[in-house]
Amino acid sequence: MSAQTRLVQDFAVPQIEFAGVSKKYQRLIIDNLNFAVAKGEFLSIIGPSGCGKSTVLKLISGLATATSGSILVDGMTPENARETISFIFQDPTLLPWRTVRANAVLGLELERMPKEKREIRVDSLLELVGLSHVSRAYPRELSGGMKMRLSIARALVTGPRLLLMDEPFAALDEMTRDRMNEELLRLRDELKWTVAFVTHSVSEAVFLSTRILVLAPSPGRIHADLPVNLPNPRTAELRATLEFEQTVTAVSRILRGARSA
Amino acid sequence: MRQRLLVFLNSLAVFAAFLLFWQLIIWLGHMPAYMLPSPWRVAQVVSKRFSPLAESFEITAFAATVGLIGSILAGVGIALLFAQSRWTRRLLYPYTLLLQTVPIVAITPLILMWVGAGTGAVTLITFIICLAPIIANTTQGLIAVDENFIHLFLMHNATRSQILFKLRLPNAVPSLFVGIRISAGIAVIGAITGELFAGSNSVGRGGLGYSIIYASQQLQTDYLFALIVAAAALGFSFYFIVAFLEWYFLHKWHESARKPEVE
Repeated sequence: MSAQTRLVQDFAVPQIEFAGVSKKYQRLIIDNLNFAVAKGEFLSIIGPSGCGKSTVLKLISGLATATSGSILVDGMTPENARETISFIFQDPTLLPWRTVRANAVLGLELERMPKEKREIRVDSLLELVGLSHVSRAYPRELSGGMKMRLSIARALVTGPRLLLMDEPFAALDEMTRDRMNEELLRLRDELKWTVAFVTHSVSEAVFLSTRILVLAPSPGRIHADLPVNLPNPRTAELRATLEFEQTVTAVSRILRGARSA
Repeated sequence: MRQRLLVFLNSLAVFAAFLLFWQLIIWLGHMPAYMLPSPWRVAQVVSKRFSPLAESFEITAFAATVGLIGSILAGVGIALLFAQSRWTRRLLYPYTLLLQTVPIVAITPLILMWVGAGTGAVTLITFIICLAPIIANTTQGLIAVDENFIHLFLMHNATRSQILFKLRLPNAVPSLFVGIRISAGIAVIGAITGELFAGSNSVGRGGLGYSIIYASQQLQTDYLFALIVAAAALGFSFYFIVAFLEWYFLHKWHESARKPEVE
């Protein structure tokens, strides 16, 4: 097999593939989920509470295992694919006893990367998310937005190919959230990960995504699978356009439908 | 700065009032010196018999310090064991409870029998009563780790020992200090109580607890007061040293870290 065909084949392997996935705790949370996410997609998962959005991320990461069905991440089991995945939680989950810099470096430290190498990586990453000037501060000295940026920097430090984000900006005020959305897209243009993003906010989902998965509740199942065909790159001005407004309205209507489905 | 001076002058005034009250009781109640010596007389005996007083202070301070440090080391070790699984906790927790509930005075005769009177016995008594708060608080801190942190570590394929040493242990430091604060208080009480029973193996010389008994039997009430002052000073030093260490280790990142001063 030549290098080129390998590359093409590799590209053809979906980043995420769910085949007949169900998850049962006490009751059925997710029922027969089938979908695939191609490399480079930005997938948002929205739905009423109880539709198992967060559970989907846990399944992709292998933090939870499916009761039935199969999940492949980059052609591997979630556990084996972990090195290529980073998880960003709703809470910034920063270690309070570590400085900004020591928090950012955590992933590399756990993976036992040599010290000199990880220092260089962390420097450039803190620069990228705009936290270089506070690298010696402790988390409690940071604002909500800065904490989240640090959480993102920590997730990026291991060079992931897939980012899982579970309502990462839900606790931020609207202005900060909008700015974080723009920064996230800027980083993605540069670093080209695939993203699975859980959110409550339709406008956030529309602004960020190339595709939106709407789940219906009890048990969680796919209600709609919507491509988002807005122009790229997306900037703050996009939010003011009629096209954006219309898309948000349309997705909101579908989400309401999912509630009663 | 001015406020601090004011606080200082105020506490000085309160202390003076306290001494005056003390003296008044003696004058109005016609108390003989062997019942209640005057503050002046206590001050005199402190300076006159300073060297045996300092010796007693040192003996007690040594036993209390060694007992406390020993209990911290052993307590953290046991807590690490407890944190391993719910099973070890269930199996071993009743014994910590036993440690906490059996009155130390009841087992003192046994300790005397096994190790003999003296500093060794006193240190052992201090160690035993300091152990339970350290174990309980440290275990709590090791276990009470937010689930998201565990998930974060698992996502990086962290090993069990990485989770223990990079997550659970630092997370437990604030509650370890809660335990140390409690134990530092009872370490001094424990050492002095221990000395009441097991204080010395040579007549007339021993720690504060032993000397308190000795002085009271000899009706040296003024020296007894001096010993009480020394015991209080020892308790205060322990409190401030621990408060300082807690501030030193925690003030950068932990909200509850207190400043080493009385507000």
